Amino acid sequence: MKFFTEENSSLAEEIIGRYPKPRSAMIPLLHLAQEQEGWVTDEAMAEIAELVGTTSAEVLGTCSFYEMFKRHPVGKYVINICTTMSCALMGAGDLMEHAELRLGVKSGSTTADGMFTLEGAECQAACTEAPCLQVNYRHQYRVTTNQFDALIEELSSSDHEVPEHGVLSQIRQHIPENRFVGVVPPEDVTAAPVWLNDNGSDQ
Amino acid sequence: MSEMTGTPIAHAPGFIANETPRIVTARFDYADSHTLERYEATDGYQALRKALEQTPEEVHSEVTDATLLGRGGAGFPAGVKWGFCPPGVWPRYLVVNGDESEPGTYKDRLLMELDPHQLIEGCLIACYAVGLSQCFLYVRGEMAVAQERVATALNDAYDAGYIGKNILGTEFSVDIVLHWGAGAYVVGEETALIESLEGNRGMPRLKPPYFPASIGLYGQPTIVNNVETLANLPWIVQHGASAFTAIGTESSPGTRMVAVSGHVKRPGVYEIVNGTTTFRDLLYGADMCGGIRDDNQLKAFVPGGGSAPWFTPDQLDLPFEASQVGPQGSMLGSGAIMVMDETADIPAAALTLTKFYAHESCGKCVPCREGGTWLEQILRRVVEGRGTPRDLELLIEVGETICPGDFPHAAVPSKGIEAVPFPYRMTTICFVGPSAFAPIHSALTLFREEFEAKVAGNEHPTMIEVAVDV
Repeated sequence: MKFFTEENSSLAEEIIGRYPKPRSAMIPLLHLAQEQEGWVTDEAMAEIAELVGTTSAEVLGTCSFYEMFKRHPVGKYVINICTTMSCALMGAGDLMEHAELRLGVKSGSTTADGMFTLEGAECQAACTEAPCLQVNYRHQYRVTTNQFDALIEELSSSDHEVPEHGVLSQIRQHIPENRFVGVVPPEDVTAAPVWLNDNGSDQ
Repeated sequence: MSEMTGTPIAHAPGFIANETPRIVTARFDYADSHTLERYEATDGYQALRKALEQTPEEVHSEVTDATLLGRGGAGFPAGVKWGFCPPGVWPRYLVVNGDESEPGTYKDRLLMELDPHQLIEGCLIACYAVGLSQCFLYVRGEMAVAQERVATALNDAYDAGYIGKNILGTEFSVDIVLHWGAGAYVVGEETALIESLEGNRGMPRLKPPYFPASIGLYGQPTIVNNVETLANLPWIVQHGASAFTAIGTESSPGTRMVAVSGHVKRPGVYEIVNGTTTFRDLLYGADMCGGIRDDNQLKAFVPGGGSAPWFTPDQLDLPFEASQVGPQGSMLGSGAIMVMDETADIPAAALTLTKFYAHESCGKCVPCREGGTWLEQILRRVVEGRGTPRDLELLIEVGETICPGDFPHAAVPSKGIEAVPFPYRMTTICFVGPSAFAPIHSALTLFREEFEAKVAGNEHPTMIEVAVDV
């Protein structure tokens, strides 16, 4: 039984084909697995290992290093409240307290209906718009407690554009075949690129 | 307070336009600044055409002459860095560092979301000049919108013939591959970025020998440049190095993007003139932050991202010039200023940074892995009123295992404290460990009385007594 769907399998092959060494595709493939399932399963890691030519232990090693990869089911919407300096100075602590009360879970947990996972997060690069949060890695700025409640209402309805957890970029890179230069393993490259030679460079 | 004059741009949340020259943010005023149509209508890809009419060496020289200082944090000149690739070793790669995560910093995210083609054109110019045969554009994992904008821009630029085989009908061919992370601050360090791009845990490599320009991605010569650095290249190629060095100072030419957050009236991202703009201009200028909120007194500010030692009002007249900021005990870093007014609880504010670096330690070096956590735990009990006077000494002792010797800090003339110049010595491979100590050291040095007030009366250490039956 394959983990990746047929469509994602061919996408995975396409992604691997962009790197001089297949292992470089590991993080993009872990994201693809998370997009398909909402979290990263053992089956996914085993298949990724096969695809990039390593062991599932190696994949777990990489996967477990990165905050965004969840190795257990999480809510449909992961809400990350920034808790680093600028947001803390502008009331992130109160916002987190309110969020815990509103959702009825402590930071780090998921609501019983599986809708929301609440997390304290580190700096999200929106420091002038503090306090900020992200829903599935999409920003909300200068969030008041009222706005937080409104956000939860909105996410609970179907009237919003936030994709489910796991979906990151909704646009995929597509390299047209006739434009693709292609990859060569580094050990097979011995000469300078042609445009340098043409210009008489000896480098 | 006089009326504010800078203009917030509605479709660029956080960005505020002012009268200073705008090199990298020039298109931010357009609602469609991220599209190929807008880019081409505003001189887009003209610098690439111009570069392709010159030899790679000529383009490289132009960038070297511009003294374009790296905008990621270290401030090393890009043209010089490019020159470190060993001759005759191929292939060479370009890795774009878009893993912006330093607390307080956000400029690269805006550049990727609002003008991705400018970044792409910068990548192409760098690849042409240095003979880099493939480019990997690494965008921080938590930036979904930036990933979407960059992916769209790459797709459009491929279709239009700007990327890929035989660019604009020349011999120049290069692919740009969009790659993205998954949440790890340390990956912003260039050797950790390369590890991550190779599919590994993002742990920094030891330098030497692993200077990326000689031994980088797959062991090959690799240029790692920050997003803002590369975004400057189209302008430099088009207008020439002398036009660039005419802005700012000789040692810090051009402009740079800075983000000011915290207790100011108008927090925002500004493009400022490098070298001459002072912290006072930035924090109090009518076209910039317009002063401290509620006209409160300024207490302290972090001048260069969360890793930087802190400044107080005594340092407000320093300009954005590394050669002046360094001797005064801090660094310009990533262009992020975090401002604390008189109401700020200094030990608690320091804790928000120390816990960041403790959390983000990759675990490779013991002083950082253990020390960062200890620093956080000790500081937390001080902040919560459970600490003792001994803890204040302990914080310094633990910090000194990460950074032996005098740690840089600002001068406090009123207390007779003299500045200790940047940088520091360190027992770790990268700067994450020292960064956990920096806020504590600054806060304790500049505002010791606030710490003493929190531990006053707690003479005995808090400990659990365990009765042992023998």
